[in-house]
Amino acid sequence: MSNITNQSLSKILESIKSKKISSLELTQAYIKNIENAKKLNAFVTTTFDQALENAKKFDNKPNNEQLLSGVPLAVKDLFCTENIKTTAGSNILNNFVPSYESTVTKNLWNNGAFLLGKLNCDEFAMGSSNETSFFGNVINPIGDHLVPGGSSGGSSSALAADLTPATIGTDTGGSIRQPASFTGTVGLKPTYGLCSRWGIVAFASSLDQAGPMTKTVNDCSIMLEAMSGFDEKDSTSINKKKETYSKNLKDNIKGLKIGIPKEYRVDNMPKEIDELWEKGKKILKDLGAQLIDISLPHTKYALPTYYIVAPAEASSNLARYDGVRYGYRSQKGKDLIEMYENTRSEGFGDEVKRRILIGTYVLSSGYYDAYYLKAQKVRQLIKKDFDDSFTKVDAILTPSTPSSAFKIGEKTNDPVSMYLNDIFTVPVNLAGLPALSLPAGSDKKGYPLGLQLIGKALDEQKILNIGYAFEKNCGYKNEVKKWWS
Amino acid sequence: MSLDKEKIKHVAKLARISVDEAKVDSLTKDLNSIFKFIEQLNELNTDKVKPLTSILNQSLRSRKDEISDGKIREKILKNSPKKNEEFFVVPKVVE
Amino acid sequence: MSKEKFDYFINGEKGKYEVVIGLEVHAQVLSNSKLFSGSSTKFGADPNKQVSLIDSAFPGMLPVINEECVKQAVRTGLGLNAKINNYSVFDRKNYFYADLPQGYQISQYKNPIVGEGKVLLDMPYGSKEIGIERLHLEQDAGKSIHDMDPSSTYVDLNRSGIALMEIVSKPDLRSPDEVNAYIKKLRSIMRYLGTCDGNMQEGSLRADVNVSVRRAGDKKFGTRCEIKNVNSIKFMQMAIEYEANRQVELLEEGKQIDQETRLFDTKKNETRSMRSKEDAHDYRYFPDPDLLPLKLEQKLIEDLKKSLPELPDNKKERFIQEYGLNSYEANVLVSEKEISDYYEEVAKLSDKKLAATWMMGELFAMLNNKGLNISNSPISAKNFAELVQSIKSGEISGRIAKEVFEIMVESGDNPKKIIESKGMKQQSDPKELEKIINEILLKNKDKVDQYKAGKEKLFGFFVGQVMKLSGGKANPQLTNEILKKLLKG
Repeated sequence: MSNITNQSLSKILESIKSKKISSLELTQAYIKNIENAKKLNAFVTTTFDQALENAKKFDNKPNNEQLLSGVPLAVKDLFCTENIKTTAGSNILNNFVPSYESTVTKNLWNNGAFLLGKLNCDEFAMGSSNETSFFGNVINPIGDHLVPGGSSGGSSSALAADLTPATIGTDTGGSIRQPASFTGTVGLKPTYGLCSRWGIVAFASSLDQAGPMTKTVNDCSIMLEAMSGFDEKDSTSINKKKETYSKNLKDNIKGLKIGIPKEYRVDNMPKEIDELWEKGKKILKDLGAQLIDISLPHTKYALPTYYIVAPAEASSNLARYDGVRYGYRSQKGKDLIEMYENTRSEGFGDEVKRRILIGTYVLSSGYYDAYYLKAQKVRQLIKKDFDDSFTKVDAILTPSTPSSAFKIGEKTNDPVSMYLNDIFTVPVNLAGLPALSLPAGSDKKGYPLGLQLIGKALDEQKILNIGYAFEKNCGYKNEVKKWWS
Repeated sequence: MSLDKEKIKHVAKLARISVDEAKVDSLTKDLNSIFKFIEQLNELNTDKVKPLTSILNQSLRSRKDEISDGKIREKILKNSPKKNEEFFVVPKVVE
Repeated sequence: MSKEKFDYFINGEKGKYEVVIGLEVHAQVLSNSKLFSGSSTKFGADPNKQVSLIDSAFPGMLPVINEECVKQAVRTGLGLNAKINNYSVFDRKNYFYADLPQGYQISQYKNPIVGEGKVLLDMPYGSKEIGIERLHLEQDAGKSIHDMDPSSTYVDLNRSGIALMEIVSKPDLRSPDEVNAYIKKLRSIMRYLGTCDGNMQEGSLRADVNVSVRRAGDKKFGTRCEIKNVNSIKFMQMAIEYEANRQVELLEEGKQIDQETRLFDTKKNETRSMRSKEDAHDYRYFPDPDLLPLKLEQKLIEDLKKSLPELPDNKKERFIQEYGLNSYEANVLVSEKEISDYYEEVAKLSDKKLAATWMMGELFAMLNNKGLNISNSPISAKNFAELVQSIKSGEISGRIAKEVFEIMVESGDNPKKIIESKGMKQQSDPKELEKIINEILLKNKDKVDQYKAGKEKLFGFFVGQVMKLSGGKANPQLTNEILKKLLKG
């Protein structure tokens, strides 16, 4: 069973259920992989002892009725885990040990999975390359000089390198879909409100949403089913009946209308992205879907809107990191105010500080109307663009990113060019919609590229179905050479 | 509009972040390039648009008025960098 | 009651100044648990024992609103004759302070739950309407304790997250007396409603006081200063007095008044500038993305309206109509719900008017002396009513009644029992009285002659003798009649 770890989650689950492999053997295999992959820097914390314990417990009394029976999972270090250090990739939470478990991770454990470790990410999920983490950058298994995307870069890297059978990330502006695209994996940002935000270190509350990152679309539906659900502790959680995404997964998409928005063809976009998009369209058309040209006229304004809304919310969400009740406290400073200023200056990294300053500025007296209020109005227009389009189509197909994985250090000195990476993913967060990034091909360097399927609110099943059909007919398989071990 | 160093220092003060004098120039440059990008929004006329307050079209859900939490002082104080048995402790505040 | 004229002005050398006051009252909502968490709101717990992960703002914690706090705000709004807003929004008010764990206070800024309303004050110079600008819900902060350690401040978050109603008045108040009447009226309304206990010692009711001055007759408002967090009516009045005089002095010296936040120092009896609030004016309000807009159904508002108790203004009218009280009496007796309940119980069983007189006289004086409230009065309403009836029926005299009252206070006994066991019943039998009087007249023949000769002031002497001989029990009216008759004969 040496190659169990390169199997999909659903295959692994079958092997566990049919006792081809024990939970303990599976866990040991992943631990071995993780220990061999330290170079990737995907983990901030490992919980091997606890994982082995849980695996043994499962093997002694296997319950195979659960969605994730006996499976170890590593999760992004933005989810608070009870009695396990939770850092959000920041120095300011470097020593923080929550006494509570996030709803989403609790849902995973209640479905039979257990924790393998905490995955590196951009500091407070602010970044597109996992280079802002206090714990160092993460390396893309595709190549030792490449970023894994961000902010869920530890998650994408660990998944692609077979260090976890599936994982979860959070997506505020593309933080699941862009790293999935960069590593040739599947990533889903669910409808805002489908997964509880309770216990997830907040970045921008009106945009943050947790979602699965997996090797296949079927895995994605299993994980989504396990992690989602109404939570009365989150006032923005949607109260609806739980769906069985994996059982309902169908590959018949005949007659579905797929919107192709003309605004997603941007200046200087590599020809390969355009060709990939054409390929995607052809696959769906061949499967019987109907392609319809649509317009999302305010697409161009999504990123500037995002860079007002997200930093504004973040500046307020991150005010609680003041060195009083938890986390890092500077020893410098003669009074409370100086203690705050030094704690936050030493505790936060440059990108986080930059965004806090942007957010503070756009909310400050005299500027609120010009920036924040303006952005809330444009956000309304962006939402309306989607609402209008979804009266005509079932889903929308776009590229996931405007490029493949870039080099480490390539964009760190130019924040705007870094931000532009999220140009195709951000509109979806602003509109609160679900979107799935699928591996669809590679560029001439052999780096993976993804396509994005955007659905109506709560229409996850439909985009999973389209993705499932696409995956079967795409003929692309992401091969990762294990150069690090 | 452009952000000058004084404005940035004022905003940093509001955000309770001390700014390293040596870094002010590069910070000013970065923030100005970001704001130039953001200000593309000025191309749009939004006079008649209602701002979006919430992406979810539902009313606020409420809970019953029951005591269901608290009495966890140890957990609350456990992570604090400075505390005693009962309180969080911070440098002296002068009113 | 004679109507006085309003007369509160500060006299400067250059003229008379009018004082303009607006209040932002922070009233703690009566609820079991906090506004956005399930921690208890009970006063007096050990430090940090009523704190949840939400109140102490741990990473990933989210607020969920308490339905009762919303209802309490609506009830209060209805009690203030205010407009209830079907749509309101919770905003974050951002500032840093050790006892503000989130780094922001959840409050309501542009869209409060309650809009404009009004409160009616009864002043000696007539009734006066004070406008209410708005009422909104917000979280209380924790408590910073500065005096337990010389170099550190201690933080207790028990209060953090408790629901407050901020009730903002229009700048309609013009004197410390009006402020006193306003706070008392507001408190009375909320106590009637059961939405705030109004306990100022425990901090359930505090106010920020906005003060400005202007030349009497001017239409334009002067620059105001805000005195933060004053927690007693007396301190509010002292602070206003001091602050108004300070501002007049500045103006007379030709200086400007800076709009600023000030602190009232109760030890020095003065206000001073609060340095720590210097840059706090930029609160960067924005809608809290963790919460959705609060939409109230009209039916909920109607139902709450129907279930409101009778409020002081209505009760006052009823007391005048039903019990024949004058406006002043009615005002005093409805000022607190417990007082009005006590009065109604007494009035049901005894003479309504006499009951009012005796409550406002003897009973209130006694409670005041003993530092008691009506709710822990040593005399029950039923016993008090019996006492009033004994006076009314002539069974005992007013003078004896005062003695009975004293004994009731000490023993808690029923007045009938006291009167009987101590033989305090009034002597009202004309035959018995005639016997006593004849005896006295016989003994004092000389004085009777003098009286008859025209020394009429001796009448008082005879009354005194009757009282002495009867042990004070002689019915005074009857004594007078019989004396007059016999002295003529």
